[in-house]
Amino acid sequence: MDFNGSDTIPGPRTEDHLPHTAQAAVKIVIVGGFGVGKTTMVGSVSEIRPLTTEETMTQAGIGVDDNYGSESKTATTVAMDFGRISITDQLVLYLFGTPGQQRFWFLWNGLFEGALGAVVLVDTRRLEVSFDVIGRLEERGVPFVVAVNSFPDGPRYPLPELRAALDLSEEIPIVACDARRRASSRDVLMTLMRFLHSLAMTGSLT
Amino acid sequence: MTPPRRRRRLPEHEQPPPPADAGRQRASKNPERLYVVAGADEDGARAALDLVTLIVARAEPPPSAPPEQVAVLRLCAAPLSVAELSAYLNLPFSAMTVLLTELLTAELVQARAPIVRQSIPDRSLLEAVMHGLQRL
Repeated sequence: MDFNGSDTIPGPRTEDHLPHTAQAAVKIVIVGGFGVGKTTMVGSVSEIRPLTTEETMTQAGIGVDDNYGSESKTATTVAMDFGRISITDQLVLYLFGTPGQQRFWFLWNGLFEGALGAVVLVDTRRLEVSFDVIGRLEERGVPFVVAVNSFPDGPRYPLPELRAALDLSEEIPIVACDARRRASSRDVLMTLMRFLHSLAMTGSLT
Repeated sequence: MTPPRRRRRLPEHEQPPPPADAGRQRASKNPERLYVVAGADEDGARAALDLVTLIVARAEPPPSAPPEQVAVLRLCAAPLSVAELSAYLNLPFSAMTVLLTELLTAELVQARAPIVRQSIPDRSLLEAVMHGLQRL
């Protein structure tokens, strides 16, 4: 990378600057398979144009996932789109759209460990893609809600049937959404926050 | 039509070790990019930086500062997350943390740690986020 032309490095637009009073940030992870609408959801609620952070996965990735069968030294670049919502002058919320494959998760320190919670975005045309993601979150004790992104050509199952298929316990919220719509995506995040709040009230958040 | 079915899993009480070592292994196996940018020594400790740690410049870039440090200091004249810096500078997250560790060590930037999920959750924090979302 050539930094000598640092005058030309794009930075935030003036209106995208955080106030100097911004003291701390929290994050929420939106996780799901490729093409399920993670970036769409991030973009529909973000106050900034969604940005992309990348990480390079080299041989260290071997052994993390048995399906990683390549013997060559090829490096895989994994990208994660994210957006931002200013909550107060002091507090900022970041939303990360994360690939569903767990072998990517270790690339970013504490991506899930420090997150307030997660949204599992589900596509009814490929429901099984989300099975492993949900299992991983359960194993790690990350609180999550499930949002079913409505695609016009996707099968429409009643939510109780989806709850049974995903084997979700009764307390885990499952909602339908249209990730393209700001209000709908906002409602999904509100569902997660209310769920986290209810866990905090009952003291069962670990 | 019936959807496919999943089986529930239980929480693991023993979490796998944190990924810090994996990051260091990657750096030593594929050092070119990191060395070019950061010149960090192989065992150089990295600051505990999260994607959403906010970085703020504490000083003007010294005349001796290499261009990549100047670029960071210009970008974070106002607070900016590590993730945003990584995106604007087109640097992988791991390389970004190496670069920022140097700047933190030189006391040229300040890091504002994120609020992370805790075993005793902060209800007022959750309520603040809810109020913020309601205004969207």
